[in-house]
Amino acid sequence: MATTEDPRARPDGTAEWKRELYDAKPEREGELFTTISGLDNEPLYTPDNVEIDYDRDLGYPGVYPFTRGVYPSMYRGKLWTMRQFAGFGTAEETNARFRYLLDHGQTGLSTAFDMPTLMGYDSDHARSLGEVGREGVAIDSLDDMETLFAGIPLDGVSTSMTINSAAAMLLAFYLCVGEEQGVPRAQLRGTIQTDILKEYIAQKEWIFPPEPSMRLVIDMIEFCAAEMPLWHPISISGYHIREAGSTAAQELAFTLADGFAYIEAAVERGLEVDDFAPRLSFFFNAHLDFFEEIAKYRAARRIWAHELRERYGARNPRSWLMRFHTQTAGVSLTAQQPEVNIIRTALEALAAVLGGTQSLHTNSFDEALALPTENAVRLALRTQQVIAHETGVVNTIDPLGGSYYVEELTSRLEAEAYDYFDRIRKLGGVVAAIKENFFQREIADASFRYQHEVEQRQRIVVGVNRYQHEDEEPLELLRIDPALEEKQIGRVQALRSRRDSAAVESALARLKEDAAHDGRNLMHPIVEASKVYVTMGEMCDALRGVWGVWRETPVF
Amino acid sequence: MMARKIRVVIAKPGLDGHDRGAKIIARALRDAGMEVIYTGLHQTPEQIVETAIQEDADAVGISILSGAHMTLVPRILEGLKENGADDVLVVVGGTIPREDSDELKQLGVAEVFGPGAATSEIVEFLQGKVPVS
Repeated sequence: MATTEDPRARPDGTAEWKRELYDAKPEREGELFTTISGLDNEPLYTPDNVEIDYDRDLGYPGVYPFTRGVYPSMYRGKLWTMRQFAGFGTAEETNARFRYLLDHGQTGLSTAFDMPTLMGYDSDHARSLGEVGREGVAIDSLDDMETLFAGIPLDGVSTSMTINSAAAMLLAFYLCVGEEQGVPRAQLRGTIQTDILKEYIAQKEWIFPPEPSMRLVIDMIEFCAAEMPLWHPISISGYHIREAGSTAAQELAFTLADGFAYIEAAVERGLEVDDFAPRLSFFFNAHLDFFEEIAKYRAARRIWAHELRERYGARNPRSWLMRFHTQTAGVSLTAQQPEVNIIRTALEALAAVLGGTQSLHTNSFDEALALPTENAVRLALRTQQVIAHETGVVNTIDPLGGSYYVEELTSRLEAEAYDYFDRIRKLGGVVAAIKENFFQREIADASFRYQHEVEQRQRIVVGVNRYQHEDEEPLELLRIDPALEEKQIGRVQALRSRRDSAAVESALARLKEDAAHDGRNLMHPIVEASKVYVTMGEMCDALRGVWGVWRETPVF
Repeated sequence: MMARKIRVVIAKPGLDGHDRGAKIIARALRDAGMEVIYTGLHQTPEQIVETAIQEDADAVGISILSGAHMTLVPRILEGLKENGADDVLVVVGGTIPREDSDELKQLGVAEVFGPGAATSEIVEFLQGKVPVS
């Protein structure tokens, strides 16, 4: 070799390369080289600083520990489900948006509910003032649910519903609509979020204290295991934890810890882990740090498979599979130069696909300002279609598997998650840690650190702290007609006056009676109450009367 | 003589659970030497007015991302006025479209900070508007 006299031409290992060659040139100053979550990055990963045991750590798609994907054929067998979250105004407006999305090639429905519905208040409650239909669709009763799915045969779609505290009521409404359409509950396909633990941790849409809330969750898991075998009774969610400001490692760790808490509670109820674990599903964020996100999904699959098999003794391989939905990071969208959000979302969506997601929502570029317009939503859906059909990334499974960097980061996130599991266990478990504000404080610290880095320009946000553009034209935004609130209040009040009030009273009495007794599955009285058009708010009020409400002592 | 500390109530009105921004602002104002009272979540306009008065606040920072700002913020302004506390400086942060922020300012909101606003900007705004001697 011509340059053999120069010892630097063939460094003896990565350490020497770094010392002799890399460190010879100064690094750029100012911006951090850590991940967006603050994890260190080496400038280079090689066999010297990454240890991979292929069979133990990676294996094959569809094979334990599923690092490379949960299904053998992944996207060559079936693309991910493109599932855009939608909901605003009354059931009528959202029904029209659902049909629009289905007409444009969307393959699943996803329902966003308004704040009063999430918090268990009917639209005519004093606390609902100004909030009806603003951030999602207002659903007060089975009557609204019938309108929401009018003309959409429920045996032909899978439906996701993002609701937690009042999940049991919404599941009951959906099941009743299915039965009215002639679709038995056993054939309904979809997911309801139901993940109350992350509400206390991050999203903060709670009603009852943690213990009765956990009972309701387990009631739903038990009910679905017996009667709705195709339904996912829970979607254990890191999305909101991340949006609240957590790091990727915290998102991973807290979500999985929540998952373990549900398993333990269900087993304590007397269920066999294999009777319900195959129907547990997950929901993650897709943030901007491309490789960190991909590593996060891969680590999540590996940890879940390992813990289910080794710790919880699941024998059915389907129990070991972590299947998840992903949504791009709302928090990464900027109000400045909003068109740039299309690019951010595309990169985040690509990370989710390379990470092996089962379904995906891409945010619309105008969402830092308002709910999205129809055009913005269509563009977001098109982003997924371009990734699926034009980029070729779907042709090979887990194409980044074996990358020194991605494998190292996957193992590092896994180790960070296990550290958190230990800390949570020492605090007495997830519910005890919530009451001590452990998660809330960890997240607040992480989000403050990130904000500080942005303000110090150690992190550049295009259009916000660099490359600003003055005199931007304001975007056309979706406006929610304030008259819709009045319309919805009219609907629920009309319902109250025409239904059978004796049947309502007796259904509510039974619900309260059952709630006061442990060991009675509340899904049954909730379904019965739904059928006689008891409203969601009335059912929640009945349960508030028995269980009380949750109040947080906030930390900042 | 040392200047007294600016007293700020950070408030989350309505059913909105998005508290990331409120907590960051609360901490940044505290770090800047202000006395910060954070109401916690799910407050009615009446509760916020009451807290502002009880705490003898110089300013109220309302964080709202639920789209209900045009209903809830005017009620807080009215409540302060009815209680003779319309000297309290009211600022709003959140996802507020431009037209709405113009209207809120006409109603008496001192400033509206949108997504991407730096905490330093908010600190300086309050320091500039609240007399401390």
